[in-house]
Amino acid sequence: MAIATTNPGETRGRRRFDLSSPIVYLVALIVICATVVPVAYIVVNGFRTTKQINESLAGWPDPWTFANYNRVLFGEDTLFWNQAGNSSLIAIGTTLGVVVFGVMAAFVIARYEFKARNAMYALFTAGLLFPISVAILPLSIMLRTLGLNGSPLGVIIPQIAFALPTTIIILVPFLRAIPKELEEAAMIDGTSRIGFFWRILLPLSGPGLVTVGVLAFVNSWNAYLLPLFVLGAGGAGQANYTLPLGVQQFSTQYSADTAGVLAFTSLAMIPALLFFTLAERRIVGGLTGAVKG
Amino acid sequence: MSNLSRKRLEIGFFAGPALLFYVGLVIIPIVLAAFYSVFRWDGLGPIVDPTCIDAYAAAGSLGPNYCNRFVGIENYTRAFADPVFISAIGHNFFILALSLVIQGPLAIGIALLLNRKMRGRALLRLLIFIPYVLSEVVAGLAWKLLLLPNAGFDTFLDLLGWKGDKPNWLAEPDVVMWTMFLILTWKYVGFAVLLMLAGLQGVPEELSEAAQIDGASWWQTQRHITLPLLGPTIRIWAFLSIIGSLQLFDMVWVTTKGGPNFSSATMATYLVEIGSSRQQIGFGTAVAVILFVISLVIALVYQRFALNRDLEGAMTGRGR
Repeated sequence: MAIATTNPGETRGRRRFDLSSPIVYLVALIVICATVVPVAYIVVNGFRTTKQINESLAGWPDPWTFANYNRVLFGEDTLFWNQAGNSSLIAIGTTLGVVVFGVMAAFVIARYEFKARNAMYALFTAGLLFPISVAILPLSIMLRTLGLNGSPLGVIIPQIAFALPTTIIILVPFLRAIPKELEEAAMIDGTSRIGFFWRILLPLSGPGLVTVGVLAFVNSWNAYLLPLFVLGAGGAGQANYTLPLGVQQFSTQYSADTAGVLAFTSLAMIPALLFFTLAERRIVGGLTGAVKG
Repeated sequence: MSNLSRKRLEIGFFAGPALLFYVGLVIIPIVLAAFYSVFRWDGLGPIVDPTCIDAYAAAGSLGPNYCNRFVGIENYTRAFADPVFISAIGHNFFILALSLVIQGPLAIGIALLLNRKMRGRALLRLLIFIPYVLSEVVAGLAWKLLLLPNAGFDTFLDLLGWKGDKPNWLAEPDVVMWTMFLILTWKYVGFAVLLMLAGLQGVPEELSEAAQIDGASWWQTQRHITLPLLGPTIRIWAFLSIIGSLQLFDMVWVTTKGGPNFSSATMATYLVEIGSSRQQIGFGTAVAVILFVISLVIALVYQRFALNRDLEGAMTGRGR
C-alpha cells in the first residue's frame, strides 16, 4: 500500500520537471557547442592552406587539403613522433614511480600504528599547497648540479615527487577501507605483513591504483613548466622535447605557417583526447574521490 | 629480530622511497627558495664566496653586506616596490574573484539543470570534460589562433550581431585579463560542473521529492534543499579554484607571456621571467616565497573558516 501511494507522487514530481525539458536540452546544447566548437575550429582549419587562411581567417576548407597534417606527421624533418615518444616515456616513468612509491607509503600510513604516522600524513597533505612554481628555481639548480638537466629523468623524478601528495591522499582512505579481518586471517595463515601487502592488498586496491595512475599520467602528459626549465632552458634540443613544449616551439618557429601550426596543435590534442575517452570514468572518479578525501 | 625493529624496518622500507623523493625534491627546494631569497645571486658559481667569508671571519664580523651577496630583505622590498609585481598580484586576484563570482554560479547552474535522467547524459559528461584534459599549452595555442583579429571568435561575434570593430583580444592591455578569464572559464568550467554533478549524486532524491509534494517550486527546492547539501562540494571547488588562480602560469605564458607590457603578468610568470630569462635567482625566489606565503595564508584562513568540516577526515587522518 505504502508503495502504491508514493509512486504516483514520484511520477507527478518527475512530470513537473519534464516541463523544463526543452530548456535543459537547450542549455546542454549550448554547453556542448561552447566546449566542442573551438576544438573543431582548430581541427577543421588545419585542412586549409595558408593561402586560404591568409585570405580569410575564418572559413570552410575549400578544397580540403591534407598537406598540413601530412607534413606534421610524415614530413622529413618532423619532430612530432619524437616528441610524442618523449611525452610517453616521461608519462609512463612518472606514472610507474608515483603508483609504486605512493601505494607503499599509503600502505604504511593506512595500516601501521606508529608515533610519527599522523605527522607523516600531514607532511604529505601539506604538499597540496606546494606548487611547482614555488620550487622551480632551486629545483632547476639542483637538477643542473645532479647533471639531470636536459634528460627525461630530470622531468620524471621531480614529477614523481610532486604527484605523491595527491596520490597518497587518494590511496590512504582506499587502503584503510580494506577490512582488518582480512589482514588477521592472512596473519593466522602465516602470511607476513609484506606478504599481505603483495598478495591481498595490491590486488584489492586495483581500481584505486588505476585512478591515481591515470591522474599522474594525464598531469605528466600535459605538464609545461618543469619541461620548460629542464628540457627547454636545459638545452635538450627540440628532438628531446615533450609534446606541449614542442607545439609551443613549433608555433613560435613557424608562426608564418598558420596552417601548419593549426595542424600541429590539432594533432597534439589527439593523444590526450584518446587517452581520456578510454579512462574518463577513472579520471572523474579520481577527482571526485580526491575531493571527498 | 624483535617484533618492534622488524616493524620499523618495514615502515622504513615502504615509506622510505616516497619520503626520500618528496623531501628531496619538494621540501628541500622550497626551503632553498627561502634561503636563496636573501641573496643577490645569478644561480651560477658559489652562492657565498668562501674566501670572502674567511676574510670576514678573520676580521671577527660578518658585516651588513658580507661579500655583497647577502642582501637581507632587499629582494622582498624590491618586489613590493615594483609596480609590475603589484599589478601581477592584482591580476591573480582578479582571476580569483571572477572565478568565484562567475565560474562557480555558472557551474552550479549548469549542474542543477543537467542533474536528471536525460538522453545522452554520458556523452554530455564526456564532451563537457574535453577542455579540462587538453594541456594548457594546446588549449592556449588554440585560443591564440581563435582570437586573432577576424578569426573564429570575431566571426562568431559577427554571427551574434556584433558587427564592426572588435578589440584585439590578447594584445590590448585593457582587455587581455578579461580574455584570459574567458579562456580559463572555457578550460575549467567543465571540471567544476562535473564536481558539482558528483556532489549532487550525494543529495538524496527523496528530500527534493518530499519538498515537491509539499508544493515547493523547482527553484525553492534547489535553493533550500539541494544547494545547502551541495555546500561541501562547493567549498572544495572554491578552494581548488583559489589555489589555481594564485598559481596561474601555463595559460598566461603560452598566450601572452604576461604581455602586452606586463598587463597580464601573474606572480608565477613574473618569477619565471626574472629567475629564468634574467637569471636573478635571489630576486626570483623571493617572489616565489611571496607567492607561497600568500597561498598558504589564504588556504589556512579558508580552511579555518570554510573548509574545516569538510576536510577534517582527510587532513587529520582520522577516518572520514
